[in-house]
Amino acid sequence: MRTRPAARAGQYAALLAYLVFLAFPLVWLASTAFKPPTELAGLHPTWIPQDPTLANFRQAFDEQPLLRAALNSLLTASAAAVVAVAVATPMAYVMARHRGALVRAVTGWVVVSQAFPFVLLIIPLFLVLRNLRLIDSLPGLVLVHVVWALPFALWMLTGYVRAVPAELEEAAAVDGAGRLRTLVSVTAPLLAPGIAATALFAFVTAWNEFFFALVLLKTPEQQTLPVLLTRFIGAEGVADLGPLAAAAFLATLPSLLVFALIQRRITGSLLAGAVKG
Amino acid sequence: MTRTAPSRARVLVAALVLALLLAGCSSGGAREDGRITLRFQSLAWQQESVEATKDLVEEWNASHPEVRVEYVQGSWDSVHDQLLTSFEGGEAPDIVHDAADDLADFAYGGHLADLTELLPERLTSDIPPLAWESVTFGDGVYGVPFLQEPRVLIADAARLKESGVRVPTPARPWSWAEFREVTKELSGDGRYGVAWPLKEPVSATLNLSLSAGGRLFHRGADGKATVRFEEGDEVVPRTIHEQVNTDRSASPTTLGSGGSDTLPGLFAGKYAMVPLGFSYRQQIVQQAPEGFEWQVLPAPAGAAGLAQGVSPQTLSVAEDCPHKKEAVAFLDFLLQPRNMVRLALGDWMLPTGRRALADPALRTPEHGWATGTALAAHLRPAPARSVRGYPEWKDKVATPALQEYYSGAIGLGELRERLEKDGNLVLARYQR
Repeated sequence: MRTRPAARAGQYAALLAYLVFLAFPLVWLASTAFKPPTELAGLHPTWIPQDPTLANFRQAFDEQPLLRAALNSLLTASAAAVVAVAVATPMAYVMARHRGALVRAVTGWVVVSQAFPFVLLIIPLFLVLRNLRLIDSLPGLVLVHVVWALPFALWMLTGYVRAVPAELEEAAAVDGAGRLRTLVSVTAPLLAPGIAATALFAFVTAWNEFFFALVLLKTPEQQTLPVLLTRFIGAEGVADLGPLAAAAFLATLPSLLVFALIQRRITGSLLAGAVKG
Repeated sequence: MTRTAPSRARVLVAALVLALLLAGCSSGGAREDGRITLRFQSLAWQQESVEATKDLVEEWNASHPEVRVEYVQGSWDSVHDQLLTSFEGGEAPDIVHDAADDLADFAYGGHLADLTELLPERLTSDIPPLAWESVTFGDGVYGVPFLQEPRVLIADAARLKESGVRVPTPARPWSWAEFREVTKELSGDGRYGVAWPLKEPVSATLNLSLSAGGRLFHRGADGKATVRFEEGDEVVPRTIHEQVNTDRSASPTTLGSGGSDTLPGLFAGKYAMVPLGFSYRQQIVQQAPEGFEWQVLPAPAGAAGLAQGVSPQTLSVAEDCPHKKEAVAFLDFLLQPRNMVRLALGDWMLPTGRRALADPALRTPEHGWATGTALAAHLRPAPARSVRGYPEWKDKVATPALQEYYSGAIGLGELRERLEKDGNLVLARYQR
């Protein structure tokens, strides 16, 4: 079906507006990160720093161990993404391919568990982790991130598995492939974009997570980037805006980078070439 | 079948797991070689105050090898939730930095040690009784108040000079009525005499109202607190309301702003004065454009003079700390007069200790230090400090009521009715 030029222009305009809406915070953050204090306190803010400076970055690195915190964040977020996907994929397969009361109950529980607020969970979680001697340790935080990401990851992956036609697996079985071979050679490649999307979700969630990291990690050497960013904020919300913006800008980059690396896999057509013509 | 080399992904995952395991192996021990180790969570956040605090910890560790203090950096943001969880889980730091208005729940909850019998006489006599009042809950003292900041007027000095108005001093401050007249005089041509940053309208209003004799919370013979909005309580809110809605001498747009948000307008000449906490001077020094002249003025005075409520920063000892005496000894060291001065200078605040306040470094007219120290004797514990149910009253009743009143949506009568009627219903639930 051909789209009329006017409709096409409208689509592009809407897309552009959406892009501007999404990009504005990041552009503004970047702009703020390069402004000197006097410019930050100007009555009429400017898009482009008039007198760009790296002083905010220098101050941020001088005042806080940003690299160490970034490494901690990277380790915990990557591990959480890998473990969450590894655990959720087989579970999602079972939930997608098998019907029954148990599967319905599990699905219901997954949906309900999303409604629990952080604050409700934190104290029992803290006590459990303390008994496991995992307080103030990155593996403890990874465990929490995995538990936190698992329901949604399961939900996402179940949808992706359902999108893979069962007929393909049946066809492979008819061709003589065993169960495992079918899963590895037929289902897994088609699930790859879904797995990548789920891993990205788990990574970004863990990378940005603040509250659990704040409560569970006490040793300065263990703390993650979001916790460190709060150090630029004082009593009554007074902020050291320049260094805060510089550190926050640097903190957004890894997420963007990971997304840039994975997005090709996500946007790749899900079932391209799955069925012979 | 030949074995293939492990894929890059597998190697990456294995490396990741190994790195995590190694990272997890390092955790702070409570003791090393039989020595006592105390964990001190500091909320210092400005570079100078972090450095001063860390230096003092290092000095202590150098001179006290048997009691090692481990510096842990906390942050003001979410400190209450973080401490609450740590206390509940039995993993709290031994020495806790916080603010007096955040201590009530921890003190009543049994999480903080009563320091009454542990504090050295030097410290108790150096800090005035009014400051100790802010950390006294029931019969116990649950912290050491060490830094405080009055609310002052940061003024565009050139505008004041140009207008010819009388410049107030701590000895001869403006009355609230005079302040209103001055702001009228300084307004016009799209410029305002004052910008009230009232993102948190309740603490600002309550604390400044002490100057006019406002108390708002009254305790009966049964010890229960009730809200009564009396004549003294009206002065400050009415002044702000009239400045915004009648005189047009206060900017209506800053009512929902934080203090930092008003600085660009001050620097650009849009506002002649901004009421701010004393520590905001650090931001002004850092951000003011070259040639901008500013000065610190005392907040207006009322029937009770320059009195105003403050919530000092505090240092407390956790009830679970097994070495309370050593922890208090560290506090005594940290709060020696010369050290208190270092901490105060680092945070651009006032020390509570009398001897620290007398230090020449804090008596200089530069950056308004002398004006601030002259106000120290007039500071009182924030009125709502020990009222159970105050946080809910503040969030659900007082904040919306004051915001509506300041914006002109409701009048003084309705403000009174909501603060008293709705407010007392909330407080009653906490005091059955």
